[in-house]
Amino acid sequence: MSGPLVVVRRLGAMVTDGIWRLGFAARFFGLMLLYSGQSFTRLHLTIREIYFGGVLSLLIIVVSGLFVGMVLGLQGYETLQRFGSGDALGVLVALSLTRELGPVVAGLLFASRAGSAVTAEIGLMKATEQLRAMDMMAVNPIARVVAPRFWGGVISMPLLAAIFTAMGVFGGWLIGVVFIGVDEGAFWSQMQNAVDFRYDVMNGVIKSVVFGVAVSLIAVFEGYDCTPTAEGVSRAITRTVVSSALAILALDFVLTSFMFRGTS
Amino acid sequence: MSRTTLDLWVGFFVVIGMAALLFLSFRVGNLAGTNFTDTYVVKAQFDNIGGLKVRAPVKSAGVVVGRVDSISFDTQSYRAEVVFTIGRGFEFPRDTIASILTSGLLGEQYVGLDPGGDIEMLESGDSLQITQSAVVLEKLIGQFMFDRAATPAE
Repeated sequence: MSGPLVVVRRLGAMVTDGIWRLGFAARFFGLMLLYSGQSFTRLHLTIREIYFGGVLSLLIIVVSGLFVGMVLGLQGYETLQRFGSGDALGVLVALSLTRELGPVVAGLLFASRAGSAVTAEIGLMKATEQLRAMDMMAVNPIARVVAPRFWGGVISMPLLAAIFTAMGVFGGWLIGVVFIGVDEGAFWSQMQNAVDFRYDVMNGVIKSVVFGVAVSLIAVFEGYDCTPTAEGVSRAITRTVVSSALAILALDFVLTSFMFRGTS
Repeated sequence: MSRTTLDLWVGFFVVIGMAALLFLSFRVGNLAGTNFTDTYVVKAQFDNIGGLKVRAPVKSAGVVVGRVDSISFDTQSYRAEVVFTIGRGFEFPRDTIASILTSGLLGEQYVGLDPGGDIEMLESGDSLQITQSAVVLEKLIGQFMFDRAATPAE
């Protein structure tokens, strides 16, 4: 009884385990929505999470946004000036940031900066049996611990993505206009002609909200579901970062294919 | 409930986020710019619209006065029907000529309006009678070659 049979068994166990977890995640999401009233009636719980997830992520978001924009400025100008259209640099920078790079890169940074911290916190609370202690005291841990972290992430993510995009446009302007010497009027006016508020800016915001929900849900679920040992917590954190990144990239593809069909 | 420094930082964060969104909508996305709120609708039929797209600008004397609203194919006349909205503040005579022009050599295409001399002004839902199609480069080259072939060599 060895060899191929074991492989088949392990494969089957992996599949059924995945389905178990998926079902539990769905039930957990429903429960969290059900118990999230407290996150808004006791707002300071959520505000605390916005501070830890959003405010403390500001620095990394601002700096990376600036650098992404600056690189876009350099690379974009390098390519555009071959076709004699260096003036279109503003369009390139603004469209690529508002549509794709802003929400996606901000989402990836948010997952690794804030999502992993949330998983670690909830996982350690579970490992040290704080969640069970809350249950004993008739305090619902989902309402008290999980839901505020989820909503804090959902609120922070679109704001962080908007800041990232704005910093990126500023970085592109810095390189394009200040250092390379693209005409400032052409830079802004071509950008304003090409970027549509509803089509580009709003779709970017919708993307960032969706990523915020996905990343926060994965982070709180992995923390809540982890094996309550030191090793289990560390594995849960790794899983949070990996599956958040995959979820962001996959969702981005789906959303993009719905939003930007090449019309207009 | 007392205020804490934490609240201050979160407020600060929300303000920066909102400012970034405003920057994106007004400076980058030009929300306030040429989106006319009060408009009227004018139709025109073209033999060929070239690469005209929905939301392309409608210009008169180079100034943006409206936007292309929809483009469809009329199965009765086999021509392209273009509907565009013009800002309420811009009035045009009924014999205005609509033509499809290109900004620059390879730029985007837009609708140009040349006002005529009629005393009556266009009203919402009116159609423009005189139109000029887009210049299609292939046809132009074909015509040029045909002309050259027709004229005997000197």
